[in-house]
Amino acid sequence: MKNQFIIEVSDLTKKFNGFTAVDNISFTVEKGEIFAFLGPNGAGKTTTIKMLTTLLNQTTGKISINGFDPRFEQDEVRSSFGIVFQDPSLDDELTANENLEFHGILYKVPKETRNKRTKELLQLVELWDRRDNLVKTFSGGMKRRLEIARGLLHHPRIFFLDEPTLGLDPQTRNHIWHYLENLNRREKITIFFTTHYMEEAERSAQRVAVIDHGKIIAQGSPADLLTKTKTNSLEQAFLSLTGHAIREEEAGSLDQLRMRRRLWRGH
Amino acid sequence: MEAIYILWLRQLKRYVRSRSRIIGSLGQPLLFLFALGFGFGPIFQKAGQGNYIQFLAPGIIAMSILFTSIFSGIEIIWDRQFGFLKETLVAPVPRWQIMLGRTFGGATVASIQGLIVLCISFIAGFKPQNLPMLILAFFIIFLIAVLFTALGTAIASLLTDMQGFQLIMNFLIMPLFFLSAALFPLNGIPKFLKVIISLDPLTYGVDGLRGTLTGLNHYNLTLDFAVLIILSVLLTLLGSYLFSKIEI
Repeated sequence: MKNQFIIEVSDLTKKFNGFTAVDNISFTVEKGEIFAFLGPNGAGKTTTIKMLTTLLNQTTGKISINGFDPRFEQDEVRSSFGIVFQDPSLDDELTANENLEFHGILYKVPKETRNKRTKELLQLVELWDRRDNLVKTFSGGMKRRLEIARGLLHHPRIFFLDEPTLGLDPQTRNHIWHYLENLNRREKITIFFTTHYMEEAERSAQRVAVIDHGKIIAQGSPADLLTKTKTNSLEQAFLSLTGHAIREEEAGSLDQLRMRRRLWRGH
Repeated sequence: MEAIYILWLRQLKRYVRSRSRIIGSLGQPLLFLFALGFGFGPIFQKAGQGNYIQFLAPGIIAMSILFTSIFSGIEIIWDRQFGFLKETLVAPVPRWQIMLGRTFGGATVASIQGLIVLCISFIAGFKPQNLPMLILAFFIIFLIAVLFTALGTAIASLLTDMQGFQLIMNFLIMPLFFLSAALFPLNGIPKFLKVIISLDPLTYGVDGLRGTLTGLNHYNLTLDFAVLIILSVLLTLLGSYLFSKIEI
């Protein structure tokens, strides 16, 4: 059953000048699964996503994305996934439509498919009416939704989301998860996301890997983790696994800066 | 190839939409052209060198191309800070194509800027010698633009934030401009200065423009073209290499 896993990671390590950001982690993600990478800031979540998406080379270990190696088969890997980064990555000076057109051309989506898909996705994320507005006039939540639409434009097999709801209000957060769960059902797309919101992992993920200080300390379905730690919420499970609460480091300055920047830039 | 086109188009759209930037970046060449042109004009004339505007205009055109193109290249740092760079870096497109699209886009913008300054210099009284040579001048304008956009891209690929910007301004852009014979003729200047000037790539852009527009060049057009073409190719290759090495 070689093809059962769309992401396979074994013994993955990343060191920056002697500091080990990701420490010998292994996990697999099944096709069509929603998989959560749960951990506090600085745990190594973003570094892992960067290695999975060809933005960073690993120090040691093996990665397979849709059967390809991100280090040597970059274009194949890059065509396999869509991504929403932790920080906004839209061109503010272009309209919503132009951002999608740009993406579609870079990913070689034929024009007709592109136009059809653009309409479908912008309607899904409720931005069709705003398609000809410059992105700089959008709110933080609208930008996020546009990025989700953009990441899906080329029909990726895997969708990476790095802290997709950080800094958004609870209502927008709910909305976004609603879209994502729908997508996962409708298009059988595999979703890999990182978060430090327990309730997100608990609500949406079929399986969770708990990461702390660069190491995976537990993985399984949310129910498994609760049974294993004899607790009744992931919050407590995390405390029992790591000996500290997940939000302890949440007031980290980088995060605060990010939220503030989003407020500024996103109205 | 479509990737190169869409990156080129993006640069152009951004340029056309930032009217304040267009007008802002015309301020400096205008000031130089009118203040220096009319201010030094009489002395230049008395020294038997002819019409200073006629001498100065090609230098100011080259200056505006230099500034606009290096800034276009350096825009990568902004894209990095505002996140958009990542969108292009994870796309299934070879990095050299992304670099080429950006470079051509930036170079087109800088060329347009140069042409606007050329038009303004007509108002100041500048007269090109003849039409066929004007077309050759367009080539020189585009070559200067490609050369320095590629240089900007290469530098920006090495920097992660705008901290080094002042450094680039004072130790690269300004020297490139002042040591390019844009403002003064080369006859009779100290030898060491002449040597330094001959090492500045912009010198050959200024000289090429002077040659094609007025026929009053110091070197010769073949040399100007050769230097500009070779350096453009080399810097584009270097820029592509450094750009392909960017990790985020």
